[in-house]
Amino acid sequence: MSDGRERILGAIRKSLKRGPLDSNTAAQLRGRVAAHQRNLIPARAMALDHAGQVDLFITMAGEVQATVARVGSLAAVPEAVADYLAAENLTAELVVAPDPNIDAIPWEARPLLRIRRGRAEGADKVSLTPCHAAIAETGTLMLISGRETPTTLNFLPDTHIVVVRRDQVVASYEDALDRLRADRASDKLPRVINFITGPSRTADIEQHIELGAHGPRCLHIVLVEDGGAIGSAEDDEQRNAAAQ
Amino acid sequence: MLATSRDFEANARAGLANDNLQRALGLARSGFPLRRQLAVERLPEFDRLREIGRSIKDHTLEHLDFYLELYESKVVASGGKVHWVRTPEEACAAVLQICRSVGAKIVTKGKSMVAEEMGLNEFLEANGINPVETDLGEYIIQLRREPPSHIIAPAIHLMKEQVAETFRTAHRSLDSERSLIEPRQMCDEAREVLRPRFLSADVGITGANFLVAETGSSIIVTNEGNGDLTQTLPRVHIVVTSIEKVVPTLEDAATLLRLLARSATGQEFSSYTTISTAPRRPADLDGPEQYHVVLLDNGRSALLGTDFQDMLRCIRCAACLNHCPVYAAVGGHAYGWVYPGPMGAVLTPSLIGIEETGHLPNASTFCGRCESVCPVKIPLPKMMRHWREREHAKKLSPPVYRTGLFLWARVARRPALYHALAEVASRVLGWTGQYRGRFRSLPLATGWTAVRDMPAPEGRSFHSLWAKRHK
Repeated sequence: MSDGRERILGAIRKSLKRGPLDSNTAAQLRGRVAAHQRNLIPARAMALDHAGQVDLFITMAGEVQATVARVGSLAAVPEAVADYLAAENLTAELVVAPDPNIDAIPWEARPLLRIRRGRAEGADKVSLTPCHAAIAETGTLMLISGRETPTTLNFLPDTHIVVVRRDQVVASYEDALDRLRADRASDKLPRVINFITGPSRTADIEQHIELGAHGPRCLHIVLVEDGGAIGSAEDDEQRNAAAQ
Repeated sequence: MLATSRDFEANARAGLANDNLQRALGLARSGFPLRRQLAVERLPEFDRLREIGRSIKDHTLEHLDFYLELYESKVVASGGKVHWVRTPEEACAAVLQICRSVGAKIVTKGKSMVAEEMGLNEFLEANGINPVETDLGEYIIQLRREPPSHIIAPAIHLMKEQVAETFRTAHRSLDSERSLIEPRQMCDEAREVLRPRFLSADVGITGANFLVAETGSSIIVTNEGNGDLTQTLPRVHIVVTSIEKVVPTLEDAATLLRLLARSATGQEFSSYTTISTAPRRPADLDGPEQYHVVLLDNGRSALLGTDFQDMLRCIRCAACLNHCPVYAAVGGHAYGWVYPGPMGAVLTPSLIGIEETGHLPNASTFCGRCESVCPVKIPLPKMMRHWREREHAKKLSPPVYRTGLFLWARVARRPALYHALAEVASRVLGWTGQYRGRFRSLPLATGWTAVRDMPAPEGRSFHSLWAKRHK
């Protein structure tokens, strides 16, 4: 198809009445791309301090029918998860991301929770994952794919539980992207970045909004106020190195 | 897809007479514009974002060759492949070749308007491959073998009773006595029926809302999660998309994403915005092993540098459809091809030729709402006028209309004659209409009076009243 490539590029240049860009213009454009220049970002979240951003995140997530439980520390996560599953009348079986952040949660405190680590399969009902950032502007979670965070966990089960550390809350999509770039050694993106705003929904029949079209019917966020036990991305890398 | 746009008049009449369609459009008319309005009011920066969105797209189009080459180099560097195709036929062939290379039998599909342009489903079926639409609306119309009637709500022309009937006919293995009254039940049924298809598909095909040159990524925006299951579970992910979808950076995409959901459904952000970059990495536990992009031109490159270049800014939000009084009256099928509404009236002649698309640029009251809600400020009414000029210049409009226009132009260029005739007409119509105040029918204007009355003038022309007052 290289023929198609040359013909399409040729047709574009012919319409624009020029040849390939001169090296100066091309260098300028490459500079524009490399700069990650931000456009206008709404003041809604940018104008708030971090505590305000956390509150806004919770409000906005609630508006799109996500549920939020706030817990003091990681030690309280197993209880919060068990309580949620019981209240929703759900099975106490979880498939969880094989991620050191999730492994650091003291699951043994709730021995009745049956936990499998790995990707999701068709029969899994409830999944639990970490996130990479939580965006206050619209109550949006940013999750990335990787060996420790398979994407199927975010879409196959009926219920998706996401553990969010308070310090992962940022104002905007741009902040979340910057955090992602800073956390990665190479400039290569993960295979997938999922921005998730509430559970799956459709309005395809008579504009009735129904939750759980194909993805999760329920999105539950456990917000950990003191995430200190997990720490920064740098700590994570050290833990990974120790585990290997 | 075969166009029936030439038959717009007959299609529109059929739409007006279709009770189910009229009820369904009634629901859409009130819902979409109100939700958009509320979302826009909550974001004080919305109008400035529109201006920035427009300049991002304009900048990209001016340097489209550069950004497409950069995009391709990034896709290749991360292990994907770009197939450049000029026509729908070449695009279908590229998809088929990929499907055959992995022996695919079942292909799941996320919603894609470019795939509709390609007529991809019919083509795959003819070649022994089973394409399964997974967006709820697309699934419903695939079962009914209908084209979409709206670019983001493809089954918007249907009432729930029609959907229930379709499901009863299609899902024969389910209990025939089951209740199918509420949308919730139909939604659950589609979820149940489609889940095994997701899990067994060999290839997943999605469209793209944006392509990012900086990273070689494709972005899809959905609410159901079907697009993500479609592209995560099979061994191969094919993105079918078109050349004008590219933007320079993730930051540029973020700005356009702020405009897209609000303009489309009035959501702050869609449930799922997914940035995909190439196939699975060595240690990943899931994701496709192959990532292909079929990149279609189909007449778009020829629009650059013309009166219609601005149309390439379109981000397919459907705000112009949702706010168009003509669309709201006749529905999407009347437009006869892939893209309905104001954006379709401009884009369809651009892509398949004004000869094929007859009345579409005339399917407008020129009320201007489409332009006023467009997130990237495309001057849609102006471009419809450009098409009308070309239709006239190519002598494609009906002879009666052309003769009438010719006579009117002769008179209008002679002010004295024009004023005299206008005065005579006002007096005659004013006198004959003084009793009722309106006309039920008028010679030469029966097309207009067939569906409404013509108000009678009050007896003098505006010019003569003006002249009298300023004497």
